[in-house]
Amino acid sequence: MSEQKNGQVRIGVYVCHCGANIADTVDVKAVAEYAATLPGVVVARDYKYMCSDPGQELVQEDIRNLNVNRVVVAACSPSLHENTFRGAAERAGLNPFFVQMVNIREHDSWVHSDREAATEKAKDLVRAAVRRVYFHKPLEKRRVPIHSEVLVVGGGIAGIHAALTVADSGKKVYLVEREPTIGGHMAQYDKTFPTLDCAACILTPKMSAVKAHPNITLWTYSEVVSVDGSVGDYKVVVKRKPRYVREDLCVGCLQCIDTCVFKEPKFDDEFNMGLSKRKPIYIPFPQATPKVVVIDPEACIQLKTGKCKKSCLEACVERGAIDFDQKESYEEIHVGSIIIATGFQTFDPRRMPQYGYGKYPNVYTTLEVERLVNASGPTGGQVVTRDGRVPKSVGIILCVGSRDENTNRWCSRVCCMTSLKLAHLIKEHTGAEVFIFYIDMRAAGKGYEEFYQRVLNEGVHFVRGRVAEITDWALDPSEEGKLVARVEDTNTGFVRRIPLDMVVLAVGLEPQADALNVQRLFGISCSLDGFFLEKHPKLAPAPTYTDGIFIAGVCHGPKDIPDTVMQAGYAAAEAIALADTGYFELEPNTAYIVEEECSGCKSCIPLCPYQAITFNDGKQKAFINEVLCKGCGTCVAACPSGSIKQNLFEDEEIFSEIEGVLAYAQ
Amino acid sequence: MEPSAKYLYYPGCSLKGTGIAYEESLLTTFRLLELPIQELPDWNCCGATTYMSVSETSATLLAARNLALARRTGSRDLLAPCNACYLTLRKSQELVAHYPQIAQETERFLEQAGLPRLDSVRVRHPLEVLYNDVGIERLRELTVRRLQGVRMASYYGCQAVRPYGEVDDPHNPTRMDEILRAVGVEVVDYSLKTKCCGGSHTGTIHDVGVRLNYILLKEAMRRGAQAIVTICPLCQFNLDAYQAEIRKQTGEPMDMPILYLTQVVGWALGGEFRELGLHRAISGRKPVEQWFTAKKEAETYV
Repeated sequence: MSEQKNGQVRIGVYVCHCGANIADTVDVKAVAEYAATLPGVVVARDYKYMCSDPGQELVQEDIRNLNVNRVVVAACSPSLHENTFRGAAERAGLNPFFVQMVNIREHDSWVHSDREAATEKAKDLVRAAVRRVYFHKPLEKRRVPIHSEVLVVGGGIAGIHAALTVADSGKKVYLVEREPTIGGHMAQYDKTFPTLDCAACILTPKMSAVKAHPNITLWTYSEVVSVDGSVGDYKVVVKRKPRYVREDLCVGCLQCIDTCVFKEPKFDDEFNMGLSKRKPIYIPFPQATPKVVVIDPEACIQLKTGKCKKSCLEACVERGAIDFDQKESYEEIHVGSIIIATGFQTFDPRRMPQYGYGKYPNVYTTLEVERLVNASGPTGGQVVTRDGRVPKSVGIILCVGSRDENTNRWCSRVCCMTSLKLAHLIKEHTGAEVFIFYIDMRAAGKGYEEFYQRVLNEGVHFVRGRVAEITDWALDPSEEGKLVARVEDTNTGFVRRIPLDMVVLAVGLEPQADALNVQRLFGISCSLDGFFLEKHPKLAPAPTYTDGIFIAGVCHGPKDIPDTVMQAGYAAAEAIALADTGYFELEPNTAYIVEEECSGCKSCIPLCPYQAITFNDGKQKAFINEVLCKGCGTCVAACPSGSIKQNLFEDEEIFSEIEGVLAYAQ
Repeated sequence: MEPSAKYLYYPGCSLKGTGIAYEESLLTTFRLLELPIQELPDWNCCGATTYMSVSETSATLLAARNLALARRTGSRDLLAPCNACYLTLRKSQELVAHYPQIAQETERFLEQAGLPRLDSVRVRHPLEVLYNDVGIERLRELTVRRLQGVRMASYYGCQAVRPYGEVDDPHNPTRMDEILRAVGVEVVDYSLKTKCCGGSHTGTIHDVGVRLNYILLKEAMRRGAQAIVTICPLCQFNLDAYQAEIRKQTGEPMDMPILYLTQVVGWALGGEFRELGLHRAISGRKPVEQWFTAKKEAETYV
């Protein structure tokens, strides 16, 4: 090491005990004593909790009194406390990038048991950091301004709640929903557990509020097709699919539906899970928001063949809202942050043929039964089988497509409570005997256990066992014409055959079929199960690793309505805070071009995953946009002339660190 | 060793004994399909499921010898028509693959016997060969005569599809239905496809075994089946042999042909009554003769 350009280097080393976390396995005093002998080090200390106020004070005092101008903290992971110590240094008047963390907890004490060897390893790591920090340069954090507009993707309860929260704070919100109406799955539910208040009664006012809110631009039947830029300024293109009805003109009188040439509804009604029919021109449900009809191009004769007498046009002749020539259109917006609330799909029980879904007409999913018990559903709230009978016995099978090695391994969290609710409602509507087949009952939540007790007291039968199959073969006359659940009742140890008129499969929640496309589109990550990945499972469950993009609701993992609303509110608060700060600070670890050395070969340009490098035709040199650069280092490694360098990862910094860790302690 | 045929045939004990009709119809069917097939020389007992439950290692050695013999011929496909043989051979492969102790013991044993290692032999079942190697379309093309208006139930037994699921879907097997339809048989929906036939209970705890038989036969009748089609010699024997006893016990008019899949397919491809072993039926002799004899044939030609 030469006495050099950075002037007199005075390094302080601070070794943390982390209570017993480090000190039990690493001889922290020995490490500090060793550090004091290294070249450039003027002071080395150890302390029980370096991150505490008194610990930080030690560092600051040395900066002020001993003129320490480089700081090495040997403690925990930089992802936990790097900012803590950078802040401490900055408050004492030192550029924060003169601080280097050494992780002797996760990388050392937590993973080793040999105290002597762990201590030696800590010394090696500290020596590497001391050599590295010698070459650090003062850097400035960059600030990017934040657009205050927020995009919310998905109009279920998560998106609705997030949009309203952000809009109420005075920010402008774009809410994009791909279906013709907002409301999501919650709009399909009848009652909500554990209070049994009706889902529509609590949801539809919020849907109207979205439509009426001056700060919300609502685009239904629309999808995000491209996302560019980064935190603070995302350029987003939204495709608006043609609904063949002009939203600005339609008042939702629905006369066009009455006059449609199809006298009877003929096509599966998606909202009612195919349990009823709709016409080619339809409104998903009476409270749909916006209350604008839509034409299904796959079903409409005019759109398919161009040969229809178009009686719908006559019904709408005054307003002229129906427009068969409508084309898809694109909107481009700039937003500062994005909240993704794209929801889930339910498990397709055809994947478990032993339960006979699709084979036996009286096997239903929970979502179908939600529609059956709903007063505005396909049967007007009558719980009847497909052949029109009122069931005398109903079996609800839990964990269909959940907690199963063969399908989905996770617990879908809502099915136990949903099934308890449906058991209560079915009993109330029909007086039937209801059986719930369960592995474990999971009723954790405010008022949930009490609801479970209530349903137990109502006389619902609970059979602990995974149902082997639903079959239609009768062993004796009592089973004739019924479905039979074959199940080992693990409480009694007997294999039972339970005859049922109706079987309800409590289907699990899984990521949307196109979740991977959404993940790529927004540049976020998925966990192994396919749900979107949060930044930290406990402390940052709505932010993602991509700055300015937040997730809310079941797209992040199974959760019930209260948890969804909480997460949506949290995501909204993060988005509001970001917008109110007005700027976002970026790490200065970006790459830069040494222009004199750049040969203009353009090798780096296609390699950049963030499209941060452009080519300056005038100068014939590459140019790196610091705001877009994430500091991945790909271009630095690839540059044939070595003319790209990266802050905090300069060659001399990295090589000294490597030399440091490889040089054996004397 | 002469150059081996594509399919090596492992009969096991049943196909040389009570299940002789299975062997006859299998060989006839393969001949008609022009699939070269050759019996595994010097084969031994598969060990069946009973030995597995006594000593997994010894049972594996027994099965492994057959697999090693097959390996030595250079043929990759070892056809095991009996469900018990099929399962035992497949299970041995799994045990060797996943349990180092059994693998070492097997290797030592094979080395002593001067036999090759076990790799790359595929244990095949005729049902799955008909479905995958021949294919539904080809079977339909090759069909020369159809049984008009005869309804059958397809029955797999317990060992063919579970646990490996290679012969057909373990929960909802449908390939046999597809094959039967392709050769012109009307198939009834039969929910008991993989229920227990009683297995060896018919010989040990007779009442239980016959009761299980009765359930299968009764339900097939209730669904309008006139015959049950099987792919396992033990299932076939159990369902075939005790119908007179059931008639006596219950007074129910039960006389249903229990056929092998290869008998039905072989006949559709043009096989003769005796070369398909159809003359060996115990129950339902009359309908079998009526459906499959040459006299009737002329009328049912496509």
